[in-house]
Amino acid sequence: MGAEFVSLSLTPMLIGICAAIACALPGNFLLLRGQALIGDAISHVVLPGIVLAFLVTGTVAAWPMMLGAGAAALVAVLLIEAIRRLGRIEPGAAMGVVFTAMFAGGVLLLEQSDTSQVHLDVQHALYGNLESLIWLDATGWSSLTDPEALRALPPELPRIVLTLGFVILFTAILWRPLKLSTFDEGFARTLGLPVRALSLGLVIVAAIAAVAAFDAVGSIIVIAMFICPPAAARLMTDRLEAQIGWSVLFAAMSAVLGYVLAGYGPLWLGGQHAISAAGMIATLSGVILGLAALFGPHRHRSGAPADG
Amino acid sequence: MLIDALTLQLGYNASLVAIGAGLLGIAAGATGTFLFLGKRALVSDAVSHATLPGVGLAFILMVALGGDGRNLPGLLAGSALSAGLGLLCVSWLTRRTRLSADAAIGAVLSVFFGAGVVLLTVIQTMSGGRQAGLDSFLLGSTAGMLRSDALIIALGGALVLAAVLVLRRPMALVAFDAEFAAAQGMNVKRIDLAMMGLAMAITVVGLKMVGLILIVALLIIPPVAARFWSERVDHVVLLAGAFGGLSGYVGAAISATAPALPTGPIIVIVAFGLFALSLLAAPGRGVLAALLRHRRFQTRVHLRQGLLALAQGQPIYEPLTLRLMRRAGYVRADGVATEAGRAKATRAALDERRWQMLRGDPRHEAAAARYDGLTPLERVLTADQITELDRGLGPEAAR
Amino acid sequence: MQLELARLDGQAPGAATAPQDSPLAIRGLTVSYGEKPAVFSVDATFRPGSMTAIIGPNGAGKSTLLKSALGIVTPLSGQVTSWGRPLNSQRHRIAYVPQRASVDWDFPTRVLDVVLMGLYRDLGLLGRVRTRHLEKAMSCLSRVGMEGFADRQIGQLSGGQQQRVFLARALAQGADLYLLDEPLAGVDAATEKAIIAVLKELRASGCTVIAVHHDLATVTDYFDHVFLINTTAIAAGPVAEAFTAANLHRAYGGRLAQTPVGTVA
Repeated sequence: MGAEFVSLSLTPMLIGICAAIACALPGNFLLLRGQALIGDAISHVVLPGIVLAFLVTGTVAAWPMMLGAGAAALVAVLLIEAIRRLGRIEPGAAMGVVFTAMFAGGVLLLEQSDTSQVHLDVQHALYGNLESLIWLDATGWSSLTDPEALRALPPELPRIVLTLGFVILFTAILWRPLKLSTFDEGFARTLGLPVRALSLGLVIVAAIAAVAAFDAVGSIIVIAMFICPPAAARLMTDRLEAQIGWSVLFAAMSAVLGYVLAGYGPLWLGGQHAISAAGMIATLSGVILGLAALFGPHRHRSGAPADG
Repeated sequence: MLIDALTLQLGYNASLVAIGAGLLGIAAGATGTFLFLGKRALVSDAVSHATLPGVGLAFILMVALGGDGRNLPGLLAGSALSAGLGLLCVSWLTRRTRLSADAAIGAVLSVFFGAGVVLLTVIQTMSGGRQAGLDSFLLGSTAGMLRSDALIIALGGALVLAAVLVLRRPMALVAFDAEFAAAQGMNVKRIDLAMMGLAMAITVVGLKMVGLILIVALLIIPPVAARFWSERVDHVVLLAGAFGGLSGYVGAAISATAPALPTGPIIVIVAFGLFALSLLAAPGRGVLAALLRHRRFQTRVHLRQGLLALAQGQPIYEPLTLRLMRRAGYVRADGVATEAGRAKATRAALDERRWQMLRGDPRHEAAAARYDGLTPLERVLTADQITELDRGLGPEAAR
Repeated sequence: MQLELARLDGQAPGAATAPQDSPLAIRGLTVSYGEKPAVFSVDATFRPGSMTAIIGPNGAGKSTLLKSALGIVTPLSGQVTSWGRPLNSQRHRIAYVPQRASVDWDFPTRVLDVVLMGLYRDLGLLGRVRTRHLEKAMSCLSRVGMEGFADRQIGQLSGGQQQRVFLARALAQGADLYLLDEPLAGVDAATEKAIIAVLKELRASGCTVIAVHHDLATVTDYFDHVFLINTTAIAAGPVAEAFTAANLHRAYGGRLAQTPVGTVA
């Protein structure tokens, strides 16, 4: 565990951890608001966003792609809301209509455009390519203090760190209004809190996290991290503060263990090729959720004693 | 070219696929209606994503047994098994823990899908797995489809459709009101299971053609579109079937005309087109009709409030009320009531007084329940009844 | 209707409350879910320092009136003022107790945290919870007899206890006007007593209390003013004058037959 670890495994692991936590944090609130599947919808519509961005700019540079994906997420959320309100359709069905249609549009655009020159396909959008985000210039732990080597860090790392920082800041600053309006929206309104704006803000932050994470690790991790760590955390505690802590821990655990298992698991079993890290991380988050559902101290609904 | 495709002139396979897609669409639309009405549309998303590990495992198993990993019936059987397991997980999580249904759905779909992706990469590393082409299950593909595969899809579509037709009544009852259905002596659990089984069957049959990510669209979009046109369950089921069938058939036909038009996405986009049309243009629940109705309603409310204020000589505060009153010619630009306005106001005030009278009278309880501040009493009572009522109001009513 | 209330206000002892003095004055409020108004053209001027019961049959728009006055539901038309100013500028003086069923009691939080939500205006976005905040929250809990439950998860409470926690949160707001939506629905007798005692204390200290109430038998014991509504305002005023059999008949129609009216003034 020396030079090889730093150059091959350290950065993908860090990126995985940051992406997982950035998604899990807003995921907690989405879960408690009964909007867990918004994450699913957002991560599906990322594809049309990046394809459109590619068609407009002609490159696969990161920023236009992220902007395109972010815009697509916003369009999706607004469309879902519009269909829900205007058509009086239940949110689940409205989501299903919007994200499948937008995803289909993305696939169609992709097939219609010439992307043979660039690395842009559905598989990449789904699985990401965590394994390739290596730090070639690193020669060992000392590289962490070597400005020359640090410049060669994969650009995904600073991007996702920045995103994580933003998500943490958002959650910390708006902690009280978020908690209040999630628990009791009517009361929050009587306090004069901008309930609608908060709700939209939360979805936008989730979209930003999803887009940045998707850029690094693909959309499977995004969906899994929005839901599994917060859901498992809910079964561990009855306090929101602790739930957030557990979800961060579970997200990081899934990322680290999933990456290690995907990278080294096949070798231990005598295989030669690594398997999908993104898929493994999602699978592990599911294993953690399964364990929490079996043994979590607060896994059952708190049955309020009969009224009276 | 498109005409050729729509009239099944593009060869045996393409025709079979179009017919299969049409049948599948009808069955999906009808089945989806029951899920949608039971507010469980997105369960199908968990089901479809949960097929992937089954596909992978079936492939690995078939190769290990020395067979051809790409055998479609084998892969579909595997996908059905793992979709079933996914469904069990969803219901276990919602029943045994405090997690809500949408959290359980999201967890199952992402985790199963992740596990499936892991298996796909395992297959890639297996010798002989390089050409597995299992990726086509993600988005579906009809290119290079074997004749037997096309036959399986057409046959599968027909079978599911037949099952939906047989089970439509009990499924409608359960979706609409499970408790009532149970009270009627129905085995709600078994019907529920059948409903889920049908959704699973549609997913499995559509897997090869539409792909697992988009197959849910066939289960969700046609019912949602159909809902705009009718308030009756049986009509919604029929319409959803028609929309689904149309999307499947037309989509597959369009896709057959050119290589860069993948079947799944085209089908979904045709379905979405039907949805968008319904959302906007359907009478009753459609957005345009609803907007118009709301505007008319708002106008009625404001005019009535304005007229009552006029009758009582009170100032009108709301700017919108004033504007509407001016437009109707009830007040002049300076806010003073016109002749017509005063006459209307007197009638509104009388109507309101009659209503107040009626609502205090226990004999008119049924009629009183129809009070909403807007309906003129003439629409609720006969002229004779009103004359009778006016006696209680005294001389002022005669004015 | 305007006519109705103008007359009723005239009947009230002493001068009628002018809208600019009223903690809650509503003019021409109409709210509609879909195509049928739930509340139609309601005028209401609540008296400062009074304890008013909003009564009316099921589906008469009682809760809707409160919610739309507070802006939780958007009205179709109408104006709401508080002490003569737009309600939005007076929110710090208004406390609200929603219906118990309106929140998810499975939410991961403790009783004390819920009461601290009432101190949101003091705490702001990032203010630290200091000892005085905790003391305030605890004293509000003990006023409703719930000090022993501060650390419980809210889902573990009985219905009556949950209602008391909601009241404690409103107390923590330190408001001048208290609006309560069915505070006594489905609670045990002890809770009902405790809640009414607290509300009477509030009135004694000069606050105004307005509560949606469903039990006609207790109106005279608990409240000094009533507001009868059935889509439109039916009557309003001191209990002795407005809570009459005639007005109840107009509000409830034939349904009154099943309701105890023995205590009607």
